[in-house]
Amino acid sequence: MMGWVNLISLLAMALAMAIMLGRLFAGPTLYDRVLAANSFGTKTVLLLLIFSLLVGRADGVDIALLYALINFVATIAILKFFRYRSLEVALAQMSLRRAIDGDDE
Amino acid sequence: MTEFDWTQLLDYSLMAMLLAVGIAIVRLRNLFAIVMLMGVYSLISAAWFVSLDAVDVAFTEAAVGAGISTVLMLAAMLLTAREAEPVKAGRHWAALIVVSVTGAALFYAVGDMPIYGDPNSAANAYVGMDYITSTPNEIAVPNVVTAVLASYRGFDTFGETVVIFAAGLGVMLLLGLNAAKKEAGK
Repeated sequence: MMGWVNLISLLAMALAMAIMLGRLFAGPTLYDRVLAANSFGTKTVLLLLIFSLLVGRADGVDIALLYALINFVATIAILKFFRYRSLEVALAQMSLRRAIDGDDE
Repeated sequence: MTEFDWTQLLDYSLMAMLLAVGIAIVRLRNLFAIVMLMGVYSLISAAWFVSLDAVDVAFTEAAVGAGISTVLMLAAMLLTAREAEPVKAGRHWAALIVVSVTGAALFYAVGDMPIYGDPNSAANAYVGMDYITSTPNEIAVPNVVTAVLASYRGFDTFGETVVIFAAGLGVMLLLGLNAAKKEAGK
């Protein structure tokens, strides 16, 4: 019984990922795509957790945690690059520089 | 035992998503979107590796493919344009021929592979079986591949890590840190 519930939620999660892919392909602006990619990553984490429940192995949980971390870092990197055109200076310094220069873009 | 394995459906849907992402990467021109799609491609393939029991490969794929490469690609985009230029149609044909020949060679080689799970295949018959029987006693790590990578071949893996770290450090010293300092001093 439990296996069926897990299986159906697994396939539903795969369907949700496919829908997110559609937004990722079509997304007119960059922000649509960033949101879609971030949400896709979250759904991958959930998919892995459900999958490791389904097959009864704990390995997937570690990987799901790693994905959650990587997803966050990648989203921040993309947004930082888009806003500041640079990855090298720390975010704290950048807001400082903007405050000094009065560069309110 | 003849019951249909429903988790196969997951494999198929993940493969279909990989195909769709691949086609989209080829067709899109916006490099931001392509970088994000490549990260997504890595995530999907890593999820697929998990469903194929290759947990270590999935771990590496997620860390390198989705994490580091996305950031590296973005850093590379700092040096280039934001949009890709359309490729001439003539070059599509050359690429198609190369890909078809490689694919045909791979399919030809599939015929020589042992059947999945064949006890007499080279992977299962010789030293591999030894690792599988002795790993639980010697290392006590549930995953045999992890035990081989991190313990039996620990120095090898350590050497690889040192090489990659040195390479990354060299690239950063050549390109990254100077520029950051110059910009910060402005």
